[in-house]
Order: sequence, then C-alpha cells, then structure tokens
Amino acid sequence: MKRSARLLLGLLVVAACGTGGGNPTTVTQDPTTSRAPLTTAVGETFPVTVEADNGPVTIEAMPEAIISLSSTATEMLFAIGAGPQVVAVDDQSNHPEQAPVTDLSGFTPNVEAILSYEPDLVVVGFEPGGILEALAAADIPVIFYDAATALDDTYDQIEGLGVATGHREEAIAVNETVQSGIEAAIADAPDMPQGTDYYHEVDNTYFTATSTTFIGQIYSMFGLENIADPADEDGSSFGYPQLSSEYIVAADPDLIFLANTFYGESPETVAQRPGWDVVTAVREGNVVGLNSDIVSRWGPRVVEFAESISDALASYVSQS
Amino acid sequence: MTDESTRAQARTTRLGWAALVTGIVSVVVTAAVGATVGAAGLDVTGVARAMVDALPGVTLDPGLSEVETSILFEIRLPRVVLGAMVGAVLAVAGASYQGVFRNALADPYLLGVAAGAGLGATIAIAVTESPALLAPFAFVGGMAAVGITYALGRSVGGRSATSLILAGVAVAAFATAIQAYLLQRESDTLREVYVWILGRLVTAGWREVWQLLPYALVATAVMFGSRRLLDVLSIGDDEAGALGVDVGRVRAVVVIAATLATAAAVSVSGLIGFVGIIVPHTVRLLFGWSYRSIVPLSMLFGAAFLMMADVAARTLVSPAELPIGVVTAFFGAPFFLLVLRTMRGPT
Repeated sequence: MKRSARLLLGLLVVAACGTGGGNPTTVTQDPTTSRAPLTTAVGETFPVTVEADNGPVTIEAMPEAIISLSSTATEMLFAIGAGPQVVAVDDQSNHPEQAPVTDLSGFTPNVEAILSYEPDLVVVGFEPGGILEALAAADIPVIFYDAATALDDTYDQIEGLGVATGHREEAIAVNETVQSGIEAAIADAPDMPQGTDYYHEVDNTYFTATSTTFIGQIYSMFGLENIADPADEDGSSFGYPQLSSEYIVAADPDLIFLANTFYGESPETVAQRPGWDVVTAVREGNVVGLNSDIVSRWGPRVVEFAESISDALASYVSQS
Repeated sequence: MTDESTRAQARTTRLGWAALVTGIVSVVVTAAVGATVGAAGLDVTGVARAMVDALPGVTLDPGLSEVETSILFEIRLPRVVLGAMVGAVLAVAGASYQGVFRNALADPYLLGVAAGAGLGATIAIAVTESPALLAPFAFVGGMAAVGITYALGRSVGGRSATSLILAGVAVAAFATAIQAYLLQRESDTLREVYVWILGRLVTAGWREVWQLLPYALVATAVMFGSRRLLDVLSIGDDEAGALGVDVGRVRAVVVIAATLATAAAVSVSGLIGFVGIIVPHTVRLLFGWSYRSIVPLSMLFGAAFLMMADVAARTLVSPAELPIGVVTAFFGAPFFLLVLRTMRGPT
C-alpha cells in the first residue's frame, strides 16, 4: 500500500506535466491546462476562492498587503511574482533577500501585531490554535498551508497562492520549472545500483526522515533506499523516528545527508563520532552537507535539494 | 520512638551482606544484558567472546566483523557504562538530598540544577548553535542555579532548609521562564532542546564517560563519607547540633557534592527524572532506613535501574529509540505512588 503510493508519486513527478491527459507534448504547448484546475477562478479576475488546509478561502480583490508567517510561503510568493504585494514576513523567512522581514512570529503569532500591518491576506504555515479564528473575526482572509507531505502539495500550494494573489500564470510557470528542474536532476544523476542506501540526518540525536516523508520521497525518486524505514513501519513517528547510533552504524549506509549543517554538524563532526569511522559513507567520503533551510521547506527551492542529491550521487558513483 | 521500631532500626543500620550482594549481582546482570542486546543485533556469543578477549592477557577470537567490533566497543559499551554512572550518581545524589533536607520528595533537581542546566543547554543549542558547547553550558548553568539558590536561601532564612528549598523553587521558575522565552524566539531548535530535556544517552561515547568520571568519583566519595552524618541529621537540625554536628556545614558540603555530580551527569545525559527519587526509596523500603546502607545501595541499584531503563529505551521500539526520560518516568511515576501509599502506613 505504502509502496505503491510512493511509486505512484514518483511516477507523477517523473511524468511531469503529464497529469493533464497523459500526453506531455500538448502540455508543454499549453501550460495552463497542465494541471487540473484547482479553484473556481478563471484568469485573474477577483473574487477568487482558494482551497486551503483551513477550507475554502474567498479573496474579494487582488491583495495589496500580504503577510506571510511561513518561510516556505514567503519563498513561494516571491517566486511567483507576488513579492511586491508582500508587506511583512515572519522572523524565520530569510529567503529571498528582499523579503520584508519583521519580528512577527509564525510560531507564536500575535494577532495585534499582525493587524497593525493592515493586511488584506495572511498566509500561515502553522496553526498554534486561535490565529485563524482571530483573523476571521477581523475579516481578514487567511490561507493555512500545512507542511507538504508530497511534491503535489508543493505544486498545489504554489498554484493556490498564485490564484489568491493574481499570479496564476506565473505560479503555473514556476511549477513547471520546479517539475522540469527535478526531472533534469534525476536525469543527470547516474543510475544507482540496487540497494544503495542512505541516512538523512535531521539532528545530531539521530532523528531522521523515512521514505514516506516529503524529503524521503525525493530521495526515492533517485532510486535510493532509506535505512530508517524499518524504524517507523507503522507510521507512529509520522515518518520522523529517532534511530540509535548502533543501528545506523550496523545499517552501514552508502550515503549520509546532513540536514543540520546550520547547527554545527559537518562531514568532519560525523567522522569524529564514536564508532562511525567504519561506516561506508564516512570511510569513502560520501557524507553530504545540505542547506538546512532548503531541506526543511517545501517551496520552489526543492529543485536545489534535488540537484544536491544528484551531485552527491555523481560523485559517489565516480569513486566506486 | 517505640522499643520495637528502635530495635528494627538497629537491626538495619549496618549494610547487610545480602543487600550488597544483591546490588552487585543486579549491576553485573544488567550490564551484561545491556552489552548483549541492541538494535544492531550482534551475535550474543560473539559479544561474550569479545568481552573476554578484551581482558588483559586473554586472547580469544570473537568472530565479530570490524563494524560489529566498533559498534560493541565504541557505541554500545560506553552507553552502558555511562548509563550506569549517571544512574549511580543521580540515585546517590537523590538519597543525599533526601537526607540533608529530611524530605522524602527531595530529588537531585530540588535546588534548581535541572532548570539551570536546561537553560544552559538551551543557550548552547539556540544561541551559540554549537553542539560541542552543550555539556559545558549545561554544567555551568546547573552549578550557577544552585549557587544562586544557596545565596538567596542564606540571605532570606539563614541556615533553614525550608528557605533553601523555596529559593530553589524561585530560581527554577525563573530559569525555566528564560528558557521558554529563548525557545519561543528560536523555535527551530525546540526539538533539540526537548530531546535533551527528556534525557539522551543516544549520543554517548567514551568521551562523555571520561568527562563525568572525575566528578562522579569525587562527589560520590564525599557523599559516602557523609552518610553517617546524614543519619545524625535525620533526628532534626537542633538535635544534631546538640550532638556537635555543624548542620549548616554538613548540608553545604553534601549539597555541593551532590550538585557537582548531578550537574556533570545532566550535562552529558540530559534530564533523566525519577531515578533520584525511586531508587533511594526502594532501597529504604527493602533494606532499612539508615543512610549507611542507603547511600551505597542507591549507587548500585541506581546504576542497575538506569542500565535497564536504557535497554528498554533502545529495544522496545527498535530500531527506533524511546527517550530514556520517558521510560524512567513511565516506571517511576506509578512506583512513586506505591511508595507514598506504603509510607503512609508505618510513619
């Protein structure tokens, strides 16, 4: 069941624009029909209704004062050309550079502080309780987009933000760039021998992500196997189990990807861990540092993540 | 005190051989279990042969691969040894705190060492973003918190134990507030701090063992040396003073030793709860109320208890891990209720 779902996902992305009618060539000619219409909106006329994780959200007029409390949404908004409409982003939104960073918090949002910017659209990526109701009471449309669990969520969120901000065409174009970027990264990567496995490190207490997670699915597209899958077979850790050190060493992964390079970890610190010097990935120099921001978000920069996997695999294969 | 209870107490003052042997056997057995089970599934006879082979002057081919040898000696054994040391230190420190404050609810974290160490760890993780600084920051934080507690307690209530405990409550609340503030500002580090708070032997290596060893040795020696004085203190501050014991000084020495050991343990293993309470109480229930036996037996059973809890933490959901603080609390909380119920009877 899980396996087939994963397979299907892989196919979806590899088939890229083919979801329209199974015919990729027509899709490239007419990008607007490449994906099933997500909303009731046609063109860029308002009002529009967007299907978000908090239900249908209706936006009466083109928003001119957007607040993003999600670093992923910030990246999406700027990628689709809605940047000039954004008046404030939360303290974690550090990309792109021109994003108007404020001390607003997406983690513990303060409704009064949000309202002081007089927003006409708020995008949140976390629902600590009460924020949606409070903004609804102030008559401000809120789009809540939860963390993506698959690439399709990324595409849906980008397109939804496009519709909501009057940039649907650009959003669809961004989605195609992302899709073709990932495809290209996969095409550039060498074919991996059966059973090439990896360990994706979330933090230095060996929390990791299995193949069922958003990032895990992307590794799977490259034909890699995840050593953590047996640790969360029933999904009770929601795809993010904590492994024991001796299990990782015994599993002997061929590649190690570090999502925690911004928190002091590097191939050098990994090599110094007790007992890890015998791990194949450490011995053969295949411990790969990733950009911690990119791997913890699910925006357009997911392409860069796919490219770093691709590069790592190329260097892995060239040594062996 | 009735004649009967006096006689009962006299009977249990001395450390009985049976108790000592039980303690040592349980340490050896749990250590052996700890060394042979684990997520890597090493061959049991291979592990046994490798251990014998490691003895000086003995050569025996264990038949383990390079990876397996590395797992056994670099990952599993240090974790077992560190678990034993942390368990022993926390249990002895808990017993000493209970004696010095004549409070059955006292645990090694009573005077704010946990909150201070937690704040130190949070600063290391959230502000400096350097994992190497975690242990020293936690250690300094824990010591500083208890130092402030002591100074505050003395300034308010002289040498009274109550003012010290209340000062500890205030310092702990204050440190926890700052910690919560920092976490709220640096929400992306929340999980890492949380993992540390629940206790972690996951990343244990020999380095942590060597870090803890000097503090554990010195502090345990001091607490061992004070165990007769703890018995004297149990009759009350004034009465002990009348017997010529400098109560304030004994309390200060024991608190410093226990805090030093606890802060060192916490800095390498995170906050592991309940060991400091349930182990001394079990020892009391089973082997008598004199600190002459409670202190050494707490050390042995503390070591065994934490090694066993760690075995559960790393095998129950293998190859995934449970936080060890969850395991100790899961067994500790119901047990604590049992202790309370039992204690209500005789006293």
